[in-house]
Amino acid sequence: MIHAVSRWRLVGAVAAARAVAAVARSLRVGGGTVLPGRVARWLFPQALEELSRGLAPRVVVSGTNGKTTTARLVAQVLECTGLRTVHNRAGANLHAGLLASLALASDLRGRLRARAAVLEVDEAALPGVLPRLRPHVVVLTNLFRDQLDRYAELDRVAEGWRRAVGELPPSAVVCYNADDPQVAEVAQQAPARLSFGIEDAGAGRPGLEEAADVRHCYRCGVAYRYSVVFLSHVGHYACPICGWARPSPSVRAERVKLEGTSGFEAELAWEGQTCTVRSSLPGLYNVYNVVAAAALARALGLPGPVFRQAVGSVRPAFGRGERLAWDGVQLQILLVKNPAGFNEVLRLVVPERPPSLLIAINDRIADGQDVSWLWDVEFEQLQGLTSHVTVSGLRAEDMAVRLKYAGWPEERTTVEPDLKQALRRARAHTPAGAVLFCLPTYTALLELRRILARWGVAPPFWED
Amino acid sequence: MELVLVHLFPDLLNLYGDRGNRIVLQERARRRGIRVVVREVRLQDDLPCEGDLFLLGGGEDRQQALVARELARCGDRLASAVAEGAVVLGVCGGYQLLGHAYRTADGRELSGLGLLDVFTEHPGHRAPRLVGNVVATATLAGLGTLVGFENHGGRTHLGPHALPLARVQVGFGNNGQDGTEGAWCGTVFGTYLHGPVLPKNPRFADHLLALALRRRYGQVQLQPLDDRWELAAQAAAVVRAGSRRRPL
Repeated sequence: MIHAVSRWRLVGAVAAARAVAAVARSLRVGGGTVLPGRVARWLFPQALEELSRGLAPRVVVSGTNGKTTTARLVAQVLECTGLRTVHNRAGANLHAGLLASLALASDLRGRLRARAAVLEVDEAALPGVLPRLRPHVVVLTNLFRDQLDRYAELDRVAEGWRRAVGELPPSAVVCYNADDPQVAEVAQQAPARLSFGIEDAGAGRPGLEEAADVRHCYRCGVAYRYSVVFLSHVGHYACPICGWARPSPSVRAERVKLEGTSGFEAELAWEGQTCTVRSSLPGLYNVYNVVAAAALARALGLPGPVFRQAVGSVRPAFGRGERLAWDGVQLQILLVKNPAGFNEVLRLVVPERPPSLLIAINDRIADGQDVSWLWDVEFEQLQGLTSHVTVSGLRAEDMAVRLKYAGWPEERTTVEPDLKQALRRARAHTPAGAVLFCLPTYTALLELRRILARWGVAPPFWED
Repeated sequence: MELVLVHLFPDLLNLYGDRGNRIVLQERARRRGIRVVVREVRLQDDLPCEGDLFLLGGGEDRQQALVARELARCGDRLASAVAEGAVVLGVCGGYQLLGHAYRTADGRELSGLGLLDVFTEHPGHRAPRLVGNVVATATLAGLGTLVGFENHGGRTHLGPHALPLARVQVGFGNNGQDGTEGAWCGTVFGTYLHGPVLPKNPRFADHLLALALRRRYGQVQLQPLDDRWELAAQAAAVVRAGSRRRPL
């Protein structure tokens, strides 16, 4: 039972958070997804624990790539079972952002107007947040190198996870990606776990790409042997020395049929049951997001048909592949934030043979201030296309140099740091009715959204 | 003309787009009609003595320790190549390994190759990492400004036989105190700059190429290339680094 004094502090914190959010919105300074949480935490440091206490199930999704889409899928699955679900769908995934989403979903008495919670959590923030949220299910998607200027080293993030996951009670189920050797190894610390993965080797490739992040066994330091690779270092692996190998996943994608930028169909299987799902989410990385959501459905004992319906109804989030009509062309926007993700986006876009591409690279804190990672992206994939590429953002020139050294002709590159101008110039290279692919980093995506909102092409706020 | 480029442990030391340095050297040589043979050396491989230019990138602590162990086995072959005029570029962790030793955060000492008269120590887990954009002025004539991004816990100190590669304008450099960045001695170069370092510093790339060709072909005059984009990227990096002087 919550103490009376705490109750009043909680009520105060929630009220303050809601007031701050209302002011932020009326001043149009953004969706107010973080500041309300900061204020609430300042007024009542235990607000996150207290607010989340009554919710069930509490689901946490973490990992480098795919957490936003996986969390959307999971939230949709819970909603389809009739559970009103609070979800940080705007993607604010640090302590303050989580608290803001809970506070804004509460009534003035500090009680949640929802029964379940799905929270995507930043991978570095996960160890600090898990003991506060005490989730029923934790979904771990993958670990790739991302923003090394902020996280220092991938090993350090994994070390934090290992500790946090090991301290979970046996009642918390960890759904983990068996195909990511580092995630799978970390998850073995969890008292209760459920693995997921892709079984269909036909959907993968035989060898590791140059920028694969985890290549060596954590225990032996010897290179893993892969029979198939799906993305970066994610695939079917085994250590030739100690015998540590990919755990056979409980929830599996057995047959995968990718349909380019329009989605995929996959046959999922668990414990003798199978279920075919269709999704409009594009690319192999979204197959992982759907299998992760299936593992969660399995962990909560949710029925297959509900899951299938929920997955079918989820459309791509802003910047995750949805299409917008603008000025006689289709804009398809795909967020790029690290080598593993960018390589997959290129793998998706290149077969469409697009006439025009826009790449916008920023180096703000939320993007990672270090743009070295561009050199780990295989832009050599673009060779053979006849597209025009417009590069933009605060580091447009870095991107231009990267393309030049990937063998891309200078005469088919436009350098325009200003994003609004860049959009117009990219549009000029796109024939009417064709798709203009926009690949922005995180803050460039936000800027793109503001521009498109001002032009009336996209909705202004974060709810979509 | 031909050049043998040896990329040391690309699967372990590849943290910050290190392969970009290789791509740039290869491409800038190719554009001048120089044939480049790339040899990759992995754990347990023999180190080829005939290399003209050796690249050693940066890795996380775990990978760096693996490489340090491996270099203890095969490092003398690299030393003899250097004695014959081969060029070495070490970046970040690779730079630290070129020095005498690296004292880790928990006080362990990893011995290095001793090709540069530098010593690196990590002041402990509580000490801040030195992270951010760097703008520096090269001490070598003709190289001008060097830009890049640094991200290191170790502090490197130069001995009397190593010269600083550059003087820091913005950023921390070797140790955040003496204003130096990187080190060089003869044909061996070490730097904390990644980004990677060579694409936005084309004059430095050409300096390494010319040095590497010298041992086989004598003094070589490299034909100039159109570097407008590279220098535009360098200028953009200077702007993004801001005017923040290094803290003293």
